[in-house]
Amino acid sequence: MELDSGAKEVLNHHYPSTLESVDLAEGEILKAAEETGFDEDDRHRIGMAVRECMVNAVVHGNRYNRNKQVHVTVLIGNFEAAPRFVIRITDQGEGFEVQEVPDPLHDTNLLRHSGRGLFLMGAFMDDMKVRKVAPTGTEVTLVRNIEPKES
Amino acid sequence: MSVKLNTRQVGDVTVIDVSGRITLGEGSSTLRDALRELVAKGNKKILLNLGEVSYIDSSGIGELVSGFTTVSNQGGTLKLLSLTKRVKDLLQITKLYTVFDVHEDEAHAVRSFA
Repeated sequence: MELDSGAKEVLNHHYPSTLESVDLAEGEILKAAEETGFDEDDRHRIGMAVRECMVNAVVHGNRYNRNKQVHVTVLIGNFEAAPRFVIRITDQGEGFEVQEVPDPLHDTNLLRHSGRGLFLMGAFMDDMKVRKVAPTGTEVTLVRNIEPKES
Repeated sequence: MSVKLNTRQVGDVTVIDVSGRITLGEGSSTLRDALRELVAKGNKKILLNLGEVSYIDSSGIGELVSGFTTVSNQGGTLKLLSLTKRVKDLLQITKLYTVFDVHEDEAHAVRSFA
């Protein structure tokens, strides 16, 4: 996603690989979302996506390793010529191939205990991108469009 | 607020009133332990009242699914009662709404076990 000029960074923080960090990051990002003007339903959806993403980063990516961190940034600005709220969450894990993640909506996977996190992130956000980063880790970009306020 | 459970008996149906958040960690493990304990004691008819559940994540959904299969594998039945709009939406987008037998009214839900 191309960044146009004038984007504002409202959060840039490294969190330890703990479940407490999930709550902290969710809280910080929801605060930024509220200040951006998202309503309660939007904030709930953003919070759900962030929570799933942070859990993936801490549990499956960094595997609770105290020597690894989760880097979280939030940018607000014009991306691809439209106002967007862009969250990037990067872990230092071994990475994974998105296409290898089983479809949780497939009949044979419906009763699986886990595997719905990525799907829910995509369902609750307007756009989501996952990529491996060097030297090791996964960066997830979660995008929510900022709708113009009614006057 | 973490999850809180209150278990009561209505006839031969065990109703678990759940309130708070069912999320990874304490919330989901509390529910898992409670369901396993009930199944181990031989309870076959379990109604999970989610009316006061404010939040549920994918881990919580996983525990609902695990509870459903655990109870079913022991010859029992797990049903859901009083879903909030957000929990209902979550079960619908994950295609689980039709997997569970969901009720709005407790008396009706209890009778449906017969």
